[in-house]
Amino acid sequence: MKKFLLSFLCVLGGLLFGAMILKLSGISPLEAYTVMLKGAFSRPSYLAYIIIRSTPLILTGLSVAFAFRTGLFNIGAEGQFIIGALSAAYFGFIFHFSPWVQIPLVIMLSILVSSLYGGLAGFLKARFGVHEVISTIMLNWIALYFSNFMVNLEGFHKPNTETTEFIQQSSSITLLENWKASDAGIAWLEQHPFLNEFMRPPLNAGILIALAAVLFIWILLKKTSFGFKLKAVGNSIEAARYAGINVNKKMTQSMMIAGGLSGLAGATHVMGVSKNIAILAAHEGYGFDGIAVSLIGSNSPFGAMIAGLFLGTLKYSGQKIQSALEAPSEVISIMIGAIIFFIAIPVIFEKPMNKLAKLWEKK
Amino acid sequence: MRSFLFLFSTTLMYSTPLIFTALGGVLSEKSGIINIGLEGMMTMGAFIASLVALKTGNPWMGFLAGGLGGLMLALLHALAAIRYKANQVVSGMAINFLGSGFAIFLCRLFFEGTSMTPPLDLEKKIPVWMGQYATVYIALAATLLIWFLFYKTIFGLRLISAGEHPKSTDAAGLNVAWYRTIGVLFSGFLAGLGGASLSIAIVSNFRPTLISGQGFIAIAALIFGKWKPVETMAACLFFGFSQALVIFLGGREDIAVSSQLLSILPYVLTLIVLVGFMGKTTSPSALGNAD
Repeated sequence: MKKFLLSFLCVLGGLLFGAMILKLSGISPLEAYTVMLKGAFSRPSYLAYIIIRSTPLILTGLSVAFAFRTGLFNIGAEGQFIIGALSAAYFGFIFHFSPWVQIPLVIMLSILVSSLYGGLAGFLKARFGVHEVISTIMLNWIALYFSNFMVNLEGFHKPNTETTEFIQQSSSITLLENWKASDAGIAWLEQHPFLNEFMRPPLNAGILIALAAVLFIWILLKKTSFGFKLKAVGNSIEAARYAGINVNKKMTQSMMIAGGLSGLAGATHVMGVSKNIAILAAHEGYGFDGIAVSLIGSNSPFGAMIAGLFLGTLKYSGQKIQSALEAPSEVISIMIGAIIFFIAIPVIFEKPMNKLAKLWEKK
Repeated sequence: MRSFLFLFSTTLMYSTPLIFTALGGVLSEKSGIINIGLEGMMTMGAFIASLVALKTGNPWMGFLAGGLGGLMLALLHALAAIRYKANQVVSGMAINFLGSGFAIFLCRLFFEGTSMTPPLDLEKKIPVWMGQYATVYIALAATLLIWFLFYKTIFGLRLISAGEHPKSTDAAGLNVAWYRTIGVLFSGFLAGLGGASLSIAIVSNFRPTLISGQGFIAIAALIFGKWKPVETMAACLFFGFSQALVIFLGGREDIAVSSQLLSILPYVLTLIVLVGFMGKTTSPSALGNAD
């Protein structure tokens, strides 16, 4: 509860800081936040876009949070996301099964490949003492260039473009894609204006997968002895070793699970939204945003879910102040930075929080 | 011979921003403070430098201002890490978001909503001395200067002792927080110079993708270089060389190598080297401990 309150105060501080920056730049913060609120919640399709936008953030946030619990800092979510996206684009293109086989198969393979990729950083740390921050920075770049190499591969590459061929229709996890375009679907949706608009964006099963992953990780950490051992390693390596836990193995396993989660984020993004991958000039930031999500959600699974939705909302609605007010939408990055900055210095909130607690007791 | 010269000078050119930034990282981490926010400080430096060079017409004013831009962010990091004993990794990540956020935000305010600064004229860019941007020589000089500072001055020894044994440094009557503040502030200044040496020398404007990962490569370089100035510079030269090699081989038709695969090479090599040598390197012993 205290953690939740602290996160809330940090978010509030970040939003206030953002308002201050806008004010200093001669932009009315009230107007900007009104545009953002309206841009987020005033139409059903906006809500759908927020859900789409939040899905990868929840999963990469979960990935970073999970690794944090084992005392590992997964900066590599970015690269693991790329590997997951690449795997989904590749396997989703070359296989031709029916959707009931194809979709689980492609997802499983994407998770497998990206968990091996993530696990590599854990293994290097456990076996050779290579710090995971450094190895994952390297692995992020290796993933990016390897993905670009694969995009150019003949047969996979779509001629005269910067992208790959689209995945097979049977790999798509976009919800009710065919039905939405069918006569019956159109007729039914016209009767239901809210759903009609809500369903127009490429809403996909990714959010359901992400929520299932949140639940799965929560159970793993809270209810299993495996999760208990992982957390023990995170709390104190020495104590865990003394208790007979194979610390090296746990580090590798933890990074494998973290890698799989980030890879799943990439896979759902390809299978539900983009349907192919493109040449990357620079990192897209899904992994780095995942770090923000994890921190804002105080490294807990449900925290990652809420923070992912929050960041998704902020990022989606933040774009709109650019066109509406000509206010730089980068104020969102500043807000995120300020929120994380406040999270780094919880002591500044302790005094007011203690005072608040005392007032509460007096009542 | 001509290709050798090309490789040599391209290596130096691409290493320069990394050298400045990695040296900054060395300064901060030697004093005991992790600085994962170098990327954000570089971005800020890159923007401020091109802004000031454009407005004053003087590249050196721009260069200096770039350093100060990085220093401003370092001030926040120092406040959090030293005054409030923050988790330094978290605070550094915050700096990264703030740095890129503020740089592009300010860019849009100053240049009618665009996220790129207008290109600098040649005479407003950092001058070329004997075939190299002046910043190349400054980076090499900075390396020697920091080497001298660390190993030949009392100040440097004290800064290092703040990062190795803060308690005994404190017991010796020295102000650990002060040495650490200096370390962090100058790391920001140097990272800002690193960004500036990109935006007003190698290219001629600031754009959002200009700094995309160099700050993190600089961190890898300083670990690679075992937190020692000259070794860290060598690690930066290695990264610069591999970048130069990609450009060199990419421009030739007689050697058919995928430039994408070639780009992977430095990162794979770094991993291999780290696996081989990591056991022997030691970080400053109090690195990351607030007390």
